[in-house]
Parts: sequence; structure tokens; C-alpha cells
Amino acid sequence: MYSEKVMEHFRDPRNVGEIENPDGVGEVGNPTCGDMMRITIRVRDDVIEDIKFKTLGCGAAIATSSMVTELAKGMRLKEAEKISRKDIADALDGLPPQKMHCSVLAADGLREAIGDYRSKNGSES
Amino acid sequence: MEKFIYLDYAATTPVRPEVVEAMMPYFTEKFGNPSSLYTEGRNARGAIEEARDRVAASIGAESREIVFTSGGTEADNFAIKGIAYANEKKGNHIITTPIEHHAVLEPCHYLRKRGFEITYLPVDEHGMVDPADVERTITGKTVLVSVMHANNEVGTIEPLSEIGKITREKGVYLHTDAVQTFGHIPVDVNELGVDLLSISAHKLYGPKGIGALYIRRGTRMEPFMQGGSQENNRRAGTHNVAGIIGFAKAVEIAEKEMVSEAKRLAELRDYLIRGILERIEDVRLNGHPTKRLPNNVNVCLVGAEGEAILLSLDMEGISSSSGSACTSGTLDPSHVLLAMGIPAEIAHSSLRLTLGSRTTKEDIDYVLDVLPPIVKRLRAMSPLGTAWGRK
Ligand code: FES
Repeated sequence: MYSEKVMEHFRDPRNVGEIENPDGVGEVGNPTCGDMMRITIRVRDDVIEDIKFKTLGCGAAIATSSMVTELAKGMRLKEAEKISRKDIADALDGLPPQKMHCSVLAADGLREAIGDYRSKNGSES
Repeated sequence: MEKFIYLDYAATTPVRPEVVEAMMPYFTEKFGNPSSLYTEGRNARGAIEEARDRVAASIGAESREIVFTSGGTEADNFAIKGIAYANEKKGNHIITTPIEHHAVLEPCHYLRKRGFEITYLPVDEHGMVDPADVERTITGKTVLVSVMHANNEVGTIEPLSEIGKITREKGVYLHTDAVQTFGHIPVDVNELGVDLLSISAHKLYGPKGIGALYIRRGTRMEPFMQGGSQENNRRAGTHNVAGIIGFAKAVEIAEKEMVSEAKRLAELRDYLIRGILERIEDVRLNGHPTKRLPNNVNVCLVGAEGEAILLSLDMEGISSSSGSACTSGTLDPSHVLLAMGIPAEIAHSSLRLTLGSRTTKEDIDYVLDVLPPIVKRLRAMSPLGTAWGRK
């Protein structure tokens, strides 16, 4: 039921782990199923220079986590913020309908990490 | 060669070649409708009556107490609604358990919306019902008690014969869903003291789409399907002749092999459980340690998520099942594990492996080799990783 792309990211997830002394941290839980994700970022000149994730969840949760880090790496904060659940699902060649909610973890996790960075650095741009 | 290790026999089983062979003629040359009066019809009729005798004898029933159905789900629906509607004058109270298959829970749910009262008996941490609770819960309005013979997820075998003594004494009908036990451990309607019993062919190497409901003689039942007069007017519809023949053949083989196969599987089961407990930390065995189906292993691999474990095992060629929220359509963890008092976060990590005819010791060794690194990897990927302690 999962696309080849999802399985590929599940098999070989990118950017797993945790950045030491990160500039921003996002920690989210999925209200639907109780799954969890923690994302850490390093920011230089408003660009996401490095990003890592840790996720406890289903195949889709792990694949979307991996994909969001791949999409966001090297992106300006302003653009990274705009990555939606749908963008992530599309990049994975889609998710089964009952698994669409899983991508909420990845999208919210990233946004929260950026928000955390902003609140620490007082920047609003 | 690519590995293919099927460990989901509780979901379904491969049809035995002998069963397929027995069924084949009934699709082609022996295609007659058992309700027809001419020779072909009578031959088909004779064949299904022989099959009925075989199925009946295997559970200690009379042939006319067997009604063929499309499977376990229909048998459960038939039993519950059939009793409820036929005995409405007596009362509107049904007793069951929270760990039943959905084929029992949903009909009960449906009846509740139509004015029936449903009591769910508590189960202990192993998923075991206490017969004393049955006795306590029966009222003058109780028409049916439905308790499964063994649970399909955690494998716990319920104390049916003790419950049967109570329901008999109180004059209340007792139904059991024996889909998981029939063909695997002895099932005898008189020993269990049941009035209704559901069984299904595809769990014992028979075809899908055929099952039966045992209805004790004298039981007040509403018919399930209306139409023709098949099955003594209790279940209309042209017989699934080939299915019925295959069912009986599967029963015949199961009877011959049951004792030795149950012993072989129980040994492999215990070997697998021991191996998992030895090689992986933070594991909880779900279900009763000894009163469990010979082929059932169910564990919580705390700190890893069930669907991710299942997918990882699949990548290694192993088919399994999980009660995690992510694998269920409803996104709730298994109702069985929750009813046993297991917290949702832990139920989330459940893995069920069910063994069967093709399972070998080599298969189990292979599982024991690949499972620990899978769990380790998933735990390492979890934000809670260290919260579960010990690396
Ligand atoms: S994140 Fe829990 S089901 Fe996918």
C-alpha cells in the first residue's frame, strides 16, 4: 500500500539523529495515533544548514520525517516554513488516505523547530 | 532464493493440496445444485450431507445441528442476532467480553442501538475471563452469553466449560467463537457446554468463504438469511458445494494431525518466546503464559512501533501482524490489549507471530536473528530511545 519512495525512505531514512547544541528544536506528538517526532536544526544566515530527526512511529511517519529533512536542508527559513503536509506526501509519490495524518508530524515538527529558533533569536523575518 | 516465512497463520492459512483436489470436481463435472431433484442435484446433496456429518462429528454434534455459513463472521452475526431476535420476549440482555473479535462486538453494538443491553465482562492482565463474573452478571433478562474459545490476538484460551456449567444452570444460551481453536485443539460442544459455536474453514487449511454455526437442538433462533429453504430454513442461499467439501476435507486432516501438530507448534512457540525474551530487552509477553493457543506468540517490543516492526520484518521476508494504532484502520491500538490493561503506548509496540504447518525451527532461528537488530534500529531512531533505558 506504500509507494516505492515511502519504502525507500523507510528502509534508508536520511538525516536520522540529533544535532548537538542545535539552534532550534521541534518536538511534536501526533494526536491521532500517539506517535512522536523530534527535529533539530542548525541555522546559518537564515538558511537551514543541517537538520536531523528522531521519530517513533509507523512507516509513513518515518518516511515523512526523512523526506522533510531532505526537503528542508539548505533551504531559507522563510521557504522551509511553507513546506506543507501535502508537499511532503507528494515528494513521496503520495501516501495512502488513512496515512495522510502521519505527515502532520513532519510538517509541524519542522515548523516548530523554526519557531523555536526564531524565538531564541528574536528574528521575525 | 528469496526468503518467505509466513507467520500469520491466525489471519489465514494456505489451502492444502488434498483439499483443493477434493473440491475440484464440484466446480466442473459435479456442478449440480443440491436443491435440485434430479441425479446431479441429489449427488451434490449427498456430498454436502456427508461433509456435514464429518464436521458435526468433529465437534461432538449431530449433523442437523450444523448450519453452513459463509465463514466465521456470518456465523457470529447469525448466533448473536438470531438469539437476540428470537428471544426478545424473554429479555434484552447480552453478556460478552471486550476482547471478542469484531464479528461479535459489532453485532452487539448494533443491537445496543436497538434497545439491547450489553455487559462486557472484565478480563485480567492475560485476557482471561473469570467465570464467577459470568454468574454475577446474569439477570432474569439475559438471553445470551458470548465468550470466545481462544483470543485471536493474544491466544489466551478461555475457561469455557466452567462458563458453560453456569449458563446451563441458569438456562441462558452460550455462544462461543471457536474460529481460532477449531482444528487446532479439541473442541467439543458438550464438554464446553455451548449452545452455539462458530467455526471457519480457512483457519485450518481449508478454503475461504465457508464456515459453520453449530446450533444445539431446541435452541430458539431466528433464521439469518431469507430466501430458499436451504439449511432447514435457517440459512437461505445456494450451497457453496465445493467450499463445503473442502471444509470437510480440511477437518478430516486436522483431526488426524491435531495432537502431534499442536505439540510440535507449542514447542516452536515456546522456543520463539524464550528466544525473544533472551535477546531483546523491555519485552512483555501478551496473553496467558500457559493457557494459550499452541501457535500464538504476541509480544510488546516496548519503544518500537508495531507497523514499523511489521514492515521491517516484511523486508526480511517475514509476514507478521501487529495491534499497533498505526496498523489498525481506526488508529486506535488493539482493543484486546487495552482491555487487558496494557497502556496505549505499550500496546503500540505489539507484534503477533502465529505459527503453522510450514513453520520450521530454521524459520524461528531466522526470526530470532533478524528481529533484535530491527528493534534496536527502531529504538535508536525514536526520540524516546533512551527513555526505555539500557541502550
Ligand atoms: S504516525 Fe501514527 S499512524 Fe502514522
